[in-house]
This record gives sequence, structure tokens and C-alpha cells, in this order.
Amino acid sequence: MEHIKLILTIFYRCCFAFGILVYSAELSFASDVTKIPMGYISQQVETPPNLSNLILPPENEGVAGGEISVRDNNTTGRFLKQEFSLEAVSVPPDGDPVAAMEELAAKGIQFFILDVGADALLKMADAAKDRKLLFFNATATDNRLRSQDCRANVMHIVPSRSMYTDALAQFLARKRWRNWFMVVGKRPGDGLFAEAVRRSAKKFGAKIVEEKEWAFGPDARRTAQAEVPGFTQGVDYDVLVVADEIGVFGEYLAYRTWEPKLVVGTQGLSPATWHRTHEQWGSAQLQSRFEKRFKRRMRAKDYQVWAPIRSIGEAAARTNSGDFDKMVAYLKGDDFELAGFKGLPLTFRNWNWQLRQPILLIQPAALVSVSPQEGFLHQVSVLDTLGEDQRETGCSFN
Amino acid sequence: MNLMNYVRIGVLSAGLVAASASAEAYKIYVSNEKDNTITVIESEGWKVEQTVNVGQRPRGILLSKDGKYLLVCASDDDAVQVFETATMKLVKTLPSGPDPELFILHPSGNPLYIANEDDNLVTVVDIENNKVLAEVPVGVEPEGMGISPDGKVLVNTSETTNMAHFIDTTTYELTSNVLVDSRPRFAQFTADGSQLWVSSEIGGTVAVIDPESRKIIKKITFEVPGVTPEALQPVGVRVTKDGSKAFVALGPANRVAVVNAKTFEIEKYLLVGQRVWQLGFSPDEKYIFSTNGVSNDISVIDVAKLKVIKSIRTGRFPWGVVARP
Repeated sequence: MEHIKLILTIFYRCCFAFGILVYSAELSFASDVTKIPMGYISQQVETPPNLSNLILPPENEGVAGGEISVRDNNTTGRFLKQEFSLEAVSVPPDGDPVAAMEELAAKGIQFFILDVGADALLKMADAAKDRKLLFFNATATDNRLRSQDCRANVMHIVPSRSMYTDALAQFLARKRWRNWFMVVGKRPGDGLFAEAVRRSAKKFGAKIVEEKEWAFGPDARRTAQAEVPGFTQGVDYDVLVVADEIGVFGEYLAYRTWEPKLVVGTQGLSPATWHRTHEQWGSAQLQSRFEKRFKRRMRAKDYQVWAPIRSIGEAAARTNSGDFDKMVAYLKGDDFELAGFKGLPLTFRNWNWQLRQPILLIQPAALVSVSPQEGFLHQVSVLDTLGEDQRETGCSFN
Repeated sequence: MNLMNYVRIGVLSAGLVAASASAEAYKIYVSNEKDNTITVIESEGWKVEQTVNVGQRPRGILLSKDGKYLLVCASDDDAVQVFETATMKLVKTLPSGPDPELFILHPSGNPLYIANEDDNLVTVVDIENNKVLAEVPVGVEPEGMGISPDGKVLVNTSETTNMAHFIDTTTYELTSNVLVDSRPRFAQFTADGSQLWVSSEIGGTVAVIDPESRKIIKKITFEVPGVTPEALQPVGVRVTKDGSKAFVALGPANRVAVVNAKTFEIEKYLLVGQRVWQLGFSPDEKYIFSTNGVSNDISVIDVAKLKVIKSIRTGRFPWGVVARP
């Protein structure tokens, strides 16, 4: 075997003109290699004060998973003379993600991993229509992106809200905890999560016996003990389902309810793509190489950026090519499968390009269960018991 | 259904104990991944004779060529532990590189080739002198290890790279890399060296590779009525010395497939315990044992009759199994 020198250089660079942060991992190889550059675009969101989730995410959340994935691909790439790289751009809240995309596209990048909101994602997808560009949605959970607002050039790595709530509902159904009291926050995402919960309740035979909007002030840390008992009094229910996506109040419900009840939903027992305590199906290996590199545990968003880059790596390895059309044909074809440390091969639903995947149900320091739960069957794949099925889809790529 | 099977096996096995006692007695060693122990089973009466404490997360397990020593990958201790089989006392610890999972001995009995899952390496260790002879960079998450009967070619499979890497054992250079289906777990050469069998857990297939041309000559797929295709996850593979039959452990499908190794047709699926991973023959090849990780036992399969005759309780999450005359 010829000797290929592997040099990994990582640099952070600030582009003051746009106020954006650029990250890149490059490998220098012999000259006859196929280069597959990828882009990661993340749009910062403005976080309101007084989040109940006071533990802030690490700065490299997401992109760190990308770097591990690029390394994995490049280890394989050594044998196939393929070289992968990732350029990361962080767009400020009022910045233009389409401009960031165009800038990377001008450098020859055709594969993009997106950590942006639904509207920004659609703008990019539409600007790229009929061009040789493909997007992987890493963080937008909106059901509409898999339904009426689906796009042929967007593949969804992150589960939809409905996949998450179905994963939770299956578990609650299995436990026979069928009477739910739902508390909904005021933000739009909370409303969409609540809507998904209502659909899941109907799908799996649960009943929402009470639904209330969280009407208290923004900082519940000191008031919850006084407010939550009365707020949850007089209702006969099994579990309290909370819809608070960014974590304004959800963490303060447990232990404060009138009756001793469990909290599930966006806080308490929650659905997730990954968790620091997940160790089954070989995931301990990915956890360990991630921790060795970054001195912290891998988070769900890291996994959601790891998975699309590994998918691109699979497409390049299996087609032995860096050709966009060949790779996309493989990604969208019947032979694609990703070994994603979830015990089952992960594949894409060809009616809306959503990644089929088992979903973890976690509490802060432990994995509780993995959905789909045993006994929930489907004529095509048990994974299609989670989220919108083919017959329900509102997606049409025409 | 599984429970019923155990009941049935239990009843059946009562009559079969006497039969097994007449054969040459031997010992079966099982590594228990979550208990940090080795279960030692006596073939006469299929009784657990001893449970030995070993290092953390024991997985791969094998015997030295003379059978005097039992080698155990203590994955979380980053070491290979060597136990004297006569006393089951720890006699030495070999350098192994980080997170050793599976390993294989050169047919001459030395050196030892170890897959280091965390570091994308195969470590070559001289077990006489406790010395690392070489570190060979391979794909991501190396696991399966096979060696040709003449000892010239070592094969390692990498679970995330999805390749079988052919390594020249004299130069330690990679000579070929054969792409197989997702998450290759195990590699085994047939006794005559004419075929290499590689299982792909997530891909759900077993590739039979011609070691000469290094091409896949057959991809075996599995089908069990009532079991979802995703649950058919091949891991451990063993081929009989005469090259007539292969046994493939199918993970969460709780089955061991019996494959005609000449025609590659599936002859039978044997229901064993839950999450079956590795396999090991008895020294006389009359039986093959499967480690059932979730049900915490091994199944004893009669190779001639193709029947599961017994299950034997082990520690938690039995992983590897090997038998010594």
C-alpha cells in the first residue's frame, strides 16, 4: 500500500465582514484523490433569558459530530482514495443563510448539512432548485417539512415532531398510562409539539384529559413550588405531558405537581436521537472516540451532524465515486443503509426523504427505553410506526 | 414462544445428558461481558464447574495452541489477560493496545493479532516475549479477525468502514480492501483456505470471498417467517473442518442458521436463546455452542442432528465461547 500522509488541521477563523465563524477540517493526501467537500450552515437563534435549562450547550455542539464523521469517512477514504472535508459557517440571527450557502456553493460544495429553522431551510432549498446541490436537515423537526412543504433536494436526518411524540406515545401505551394532562408553552414550537402530541394520542389510543397553557411569568425558578400544585390540581391523569421546546418552564414541573405524577415530553422522559448514556449496538465506540477527541460526551445534535456526513461517506464508498448524480442516486436508492448504532439499519423514506430510525427515550442520566416498542407492527418496517406514514403523507415532490 | 422452547429443551436434554457423557470430556469457556467473569463448563453433564473473575468487559476469548493458556480480551482494561487453564489463575497480561475486542493466533501459536476498536488499529503481539511487533492502521472500528491456514494472510473487518482488510503477515502491509455490507463483525477462513466468510450485522448478509481473487463469490441472505428482515443480523460464523456446513449466529433473530457450505443454501434455522452472537465448536465438532447475550445462557447444538439439545446458564451477557479438550 502506498503511504498516504494524514494531516489533520483544524482552524477557526472569524470573517469580520459578515460576522461569521468558519470551521474547516482538511486532510492533505496524494494528488489523485477524489475530493468531497461538504458544508455545514448553522443559524444562531436568539435565546430568551431565564431558560430553565441553564446548562448551556457547548460551543462546538453539532460541528464536533461533523468532525468525527469526517475523520471516520477519511479513514475509509484512505483505502478508496477519497478525501472528505467540512466547512462550517455560522450565520447570525439576522444574517442571510442563502448567501452563506451560495458562498460555499461557489467553492464547489454540493452537499450541505443544515442547522437552521424551517423557513430558512425552505429558502435555501428553493434557491438551489434544479441545481446539483443536496441538503440534509439536521435540526428542524417541523412536520410540514416532511409533508406539504417537503422538497426533493432536502433529506431529513432529524426526526419530525410526530416521530418524537409517537416514540413517546408508544412507550406510554405500553405502560398503559393512557390519560395525559398536557401543559403547553407560549412559543410557536410548543404549539406545534402539542399538536403532534394530540395526533400521537389519537394514533395510539391515549386520551388528553386536560390541556393548559403555561401562563406564569418567564422565570419559574422561585415561584413554581407555589404555582404548580394549584395549576395541576383537580385533574385525574396518569402523566403530565409538557410542551416546552426551548426549556422555559418544563424543568420546574416535576416534584411540584399536586399529586405525585411523572413528567414526560420536552422535559422529564424525552425522545432523542442520542444520549450520553447510550451504549448499545456498538455506540460505546462512537461515544468513546468522540469523548477522547472533544473531552465531553456526545450530544444529540452532534449525532445529527455525524449521521448525514456518514451517509455521504457511504454513498461515496459504495459508488466508489465523488460524482454528485451517482452519489445522490445511491442515497435515494433502495440499497442505501446506514449503520447508525441503533440496532437496525437506517434508511430513507422515499416519499418524503425522512431517515427512518429508532428513537431513544431518555431521562437526564439514563436511557429508559428505545422506540418502536415491541408489539407495534407495520407491514413495511417497524420504524414506520413512528411519524407520518406513506399513506398519510401530504408530500409531493412535483 | 422462546420460553416454551426452553421448556421443551429442558425436557429433551434430560435424556441426552447420558449420551454426551460417553464422548471425550472437555471444558467450555464463556466470557461474560457485563459480569467481568469467565464461566467454565464441564462437558460431562454440561455443568458449570467454575466462575472466574477476570478484567473488565471480557469479550474475545481463545486458547493457546497447546491449550495450556486461555487468552481473554479485557476490553475496558485495555489488556489481554492470560490464564493458566489448569488452575484458572492469571499468569500474565499482554500489551494489547486500547479496547481489544477480538483476536486471533497465528497457526503456529504466535504471534497474536488483536483488533483495537477505539484506535483503528490491528496490534501484533509476540506472546512469548510480551512485545508489540507492529501496529497496522485499518478502517474504523476494527473487529473481526481471520487468518489463513498457512498463516500468510490476516483479515480484519472494520465495522464502520465496512471492509475486509487483507494484511500480509510478513510485511504488515494491507494488500487488499474488500467492501462488504454494513457492520462486518466476523471473518473466518475455511480449513482448506479456499474461502473467507465475512458476516455483516446491519447489512444482514454473509459474504463468501475468494481469497485468491479477493472477490465476493456469494452473498448469503437470510429469511425467517415471522421475523422482521431488520432483525436478521449475522455475527458469529463457524465452518466445519470438512467444509460441508457453516453455522451463522443471527443476533436478535434468536436463530442460528445452518448453511450448506458447498451450495450456500440455508438448510435450517435453529431457535436458540436471545441475541445470539458468537459460536464455538466442541473439540470433536459434535457440538457447536452459541452465546445468547440477552437470555444469559449458551445453547448446545448437536451438529449431526441439527438440534438444540440444551441451554446452560452463564453470567450476564455471554459474549465469546471456546472449548478445550
